[in-house]
Amino acid sequence: MIDYNFDWSVITRNWDRFLEALALGLGLAVVSLLIGCVIGLAAAYARVSGNKWLSGPVWAYVEVIRCTPLLLLIFFIYFGLPEFGIYFMDKTQSFVLTLSLYAGAYMSEVFRAGLSSIPRQYVEAAKAIGMRPWQRQRWVVLPVMFRITLPSIGNNLISLFKDTSLAAAIAIPELTFVARQINANTFRVMEVWLTASALYLATAWLLATLLRQVERRYATIR
Amino acid sequence: MADDVLLRAQGVRKSFGAVEVLKGIDLEVRQGQVVSLIGASGSGKTTFLRCVNLLEEHDGGEILLDGDPVGYRVEGGRRRRLSETAISAQRARIGMVFQQFNLFPHLTAEENVMLGLTKVLNKPKAEAREIATHWLGRVGLAERRGHYPYQLSGGQQQRVAIARAVAMEPRLLLFDEVTSALDPELVSEVLGVMQGLAESGMTMLVVSHEMLFVREVSHHVVFMDQGRVAQAGTPEAVFGNPESERLRSFLGRFHGMFGMV
Repeated sequence: MIDYNFDWSVITRNWDRFLEALALGLGLAVVSLLIGCVIGLAAAYARVSGNKWLSGPVWAYVEVIRCTPLLLLIFFIYFGLPEFGIYFMDKTQSFVLTLSLYAGAYMSEVFRAGLSSIPRQYVEAAKAIGMRPWQRQRWVVLPVMFRITLPSIGNNLISLFKDTSLAAAIAIPELTFVARQINANTFRVMEVWLTASALYLATAWLLATLLRQVERRYATIR
Repeated sequence: MADDVLLRAQGVRKSFGAVEVLKGIDLEVRQGQVVSLIGASGSGKTTFLRCVNLLEEHDGGEILLDGDPVGYRVEGGRRRRLSETAISAQRARIGMVFQQFNLFPHLTAEENVMLGLTKVLNKPKAEAREIATHWLGRVGLAERRGHYPYQLSGGQQQRVAIARAVAMEPRLLLFDEVTSALDPELVSEVLGVMQGLAESGMTMLVVSHEMLFVREVSHHVVFMDQGRVAQAGTPEAVFGNPESERLRSFLGRFHGMFGMV
């Protein structure tokens, strides 16, 4: 074994900073997922609308986002947009915008698949009791789709949470950034990165467990 | 003609691509009547039923409900398709029960019945729940009102679907082969509910292969063959005196069944 003396006091001393940073990352992921769901839903309806002026641009958006590394998107929006005269965002807003657009592209594919997998018979039943088009969407199609896509929404949340570590690249004080900072000040490499990893792992696992509970609760479609 | 005619179809035509499925259907349903459509599969029964409820749009002829054309209005001698909102309002006056039940899978039995009451008829929740409880009781499922569709048998699901349709107090109730997807031992519980509705004076247009039921409950039977009405009349006339070879051979398939009666 390498000669390394563990000193965990660096962790206990900085425990609050770790937790704050973790909470920030989790918050960024949740907010981005929510905005991403709204974008994704609109994009999914555009894709299934059959109107090529709507579905064409949305298709381009989804492909551009999916085929570009997330870190590049973060840099482009944070450093690139100001070059085009868009200055109003601070780095956190810029990151949330990026991650939301990123989540939106993925969610649009999830929702598009969800929408096209809903059996026609449910819509016909809604028609038969006289529901208007938007009522059929609001009270039948969307709730059914939500239940069908719940596992994918959950997976995306966990992915997004881990992706928030990329915010360190533009100095947002989430877990990876803070861990690097503490490491730079103390040189406790093993303690700091082991702790950061353990926190990511535990949180992601907790999320997965929670989501499974939610799925079970809504599992009425078989 | 008598003014108690609720549904009148005249020369209804419908094609899917090059295939003409309905070749001019004439039919009347009077207030409080049970009219049954029988015939081999592919004869156009289900398509006609779906045209009445605008799940399909007919290409020619007219379908009048309470004297109003279904799906369009006549303006200066020309047909104008109604708005989606107006079509929805027409559909709310016609109930429909499907072969595959089509219950909303994310809602309990009670919520399935309540949805149309609260969203379409704008009834307050408490009143909607009362109505749902009443009708679920009438179909014998009061105890199952909190169950989701996947927790119910096929026969129970179909009875909830009937409750969902009747609770809207439709002028006319359509039944599209509602026992065809059921296990044989569950058929009678659904037919029993339908018979009860018929006896209470509900106007019903029924597509069915349950010939015993059709003969017993219908006021009027329509035999459809290749997109046309081949024979229509009282059950006694249609079953007792089939005019065409095709009707005779169609009924012949159920011969064993009649032998038992």
